[in-house]
Amino acid sequence: MSALAVQNLCKSFGGLRVTTNVNLAVEPGERRLIIGPNGAGKTTLFNLITGEIAPDSGAVLLFDRDITRTATRKRAHLGMARTYQIITLFPRDTILHNAMLALLGLSPLRWNAWLTLASQHDVLKRARESLKRVGLDHMADRALAETSYGEKRRVEIAMALAQEPRVLLLDEPFAGLSIDERRDVRELLKAIPRDVTVVMIEHDMDTALDLADRITLLHFGEVVVEGTRAEVVADPRTREVYLGE
Amino acid sequence: MNLRLVAVAFAVVALVALPYIIIEPYYVNIASQILLYAVFALGLNILVGYGGLVSLGHAGLSGVTAYAVAYLLAAGYGHTVAIAAGLAAGLIVTAGFAALALRASGISFIMITLALGEIIWGLAYRWISITNGDNGITVNARPAPFGLPLTSAVSFYNATLIVFLFAIAGCAVFVNSPFGAALAGTRDQPRRMNALGFHVWMIRFWAFMLSGLLSAISGVLFVYYNQFISPQALALTASAEGLLMVISGGAATLLGPVVGAALVVIVKNVVSAYISRWNFMLGAIFVAIVVLMPEGLVPGTVRLVRAAWRSAHRHKSARTAAAPVAEPKP
Repeated sequence: MSALAVQNLCKSFGGLRVTTNVNLAVEPGERRLIIGPNGAGKTTLFNLITGEIAPDSGAVLLFDRDITRTATRKRAHLGMARTYQIITLFPRDTILHNAMLALLGLSPLRWNAWLTLASQHDVLKRARESLKRVGLDHMADRALAETSYGEKRRVEIAMALAQEPRVLLLDEPFAGLSIDERRDVRELLKAIPRDVTVVMIEHDMDTALDLADRITLLHFGEVVVEGTRAEVVADPRTREVYLGE
Repeated sequence: MNLRLVAVAFAVVALVALPYIIIEPYYVNIASQILLYAVFALGLNILVGYGGLVSLGHAGLSGVTAYAVAYLLAAGYGHTVAIAAGLAAGLIVTAGFAALALRASGISFIMITLALGEIIWGLAYRWISITNGDNGITVNARPAPFGLPLTSAVSFYNATLIVFLFAIAGCAVFVNSPFGAALAGTRDQPRRMNALGFHVWMIRFWAFMLSGLLSAISGVLFVYYNQFISPQALALTASAEGLLMVISGGAATLLGPVVGAALVVIVKNVVSAYISRWNFMLGAIFVAIVVLMPEGLVPGTVRLVRAAWRSAHRHKSARTAAAPVAEPKP
């Protein structure tokens, strides 16, 4: 059984084929790295997997359950969480409030219009715990707008982890980070327990290479190479895609 | 927190004492008007401020309720039946508005609500057999809840004040609730909210319904206050005035719509007695607010007071900058 399977997935925007017959089978607990140059269709593939874009054909399976027609919000309830390449947070609120929203998303409490959110101690406690995992608990009450880019990246990851997903999709978690911040985020991702399956997009191969069990190389919407870290690095087609020989 | 409780208690006492201070029935009536428009603006603010969905059709919602109440009273029904049926009519029309308008967001949402509001206005104007057209419907008597007649200016003010206090307390509870947080989330990041597991459409729908309920309640107050309803109350200008109240006072704040309602009603009634071009005055004030305090009067004043406080206590400024006090969420 695969944690996440993509079968013959196709998507075109007008005449532009952005995803062509993509097949993926990610095992439970696996760390899968999806690499490819700009415009390879990596983020589109993520949007198809989370349902933010509907595929033209093909199927998406989460633990053997066909979710191709399942609404994005329901996929979250089935154990799928994602982060965004372009930071998509709630800038008016505190870091803690951002984490609380992630927890509320999966809680029936989200429909409650008469209790005070700030006095929901269980949610507060879990939100602080999720921030502790990314080392931001000391600044939980700071407004998000007053945090650095690297801290925002970590809030993104904290929110995804707070939902205790079975499959975690990370869209370029290292994008725009300094060398020090990259090291911190890499340690943080390494610490994610193996009962979470992680699929990660990365533009820059070197940054995330040591995190991956298997690597899929996308180019013009197609899977070019797939295999273990060593296989993909050694494959001449990888060199071709990246160096354009 | 305690300071806030004291301020709230003080405000309530001031509002209760108000008619006995100003005495003159004309001004007591203006205070009633402010409160009933404040209820309307509070409802609109749920959608505009917290939901990020600007509606230009809300006068249609209070108007339907007002017409339903007036029609049923004229048909010989009692006040209880008329009010209950009026609120129900308002909510049914709100559900229709929401179902149609929530297919879109942004500019399209505004245009759909505008069109729907105009349809209600058109019905009020032309469906003469029900609405009496341009002549409107007269309401002969105000109700007497618990045997207390609301005929005098002060008694009507008191009844309106009670409704207003319930409305603003309800809004305070709502915006601080998990659902209120979810609504604000759909305003700021609808895509992320969807990915987090929230049903964005449904959240907006129920927010629209709450907004419509407050509009309908203000419609009941309106028709009893004026003891008359005509298509004018449903016109686009009435919806736009509501929006003006929310934006000038401060959208997504609890007190903003109340201050905005006071501003618009006072300019409309009091200033118009001295300046015949009162519309110009209202426009000029609005432009001044947009230039000087684009966030609205209430948050703008808070900002100015804070800045003044900081400059008066320079030695404390380093500390406040290091640990900024979280903006009190009204």
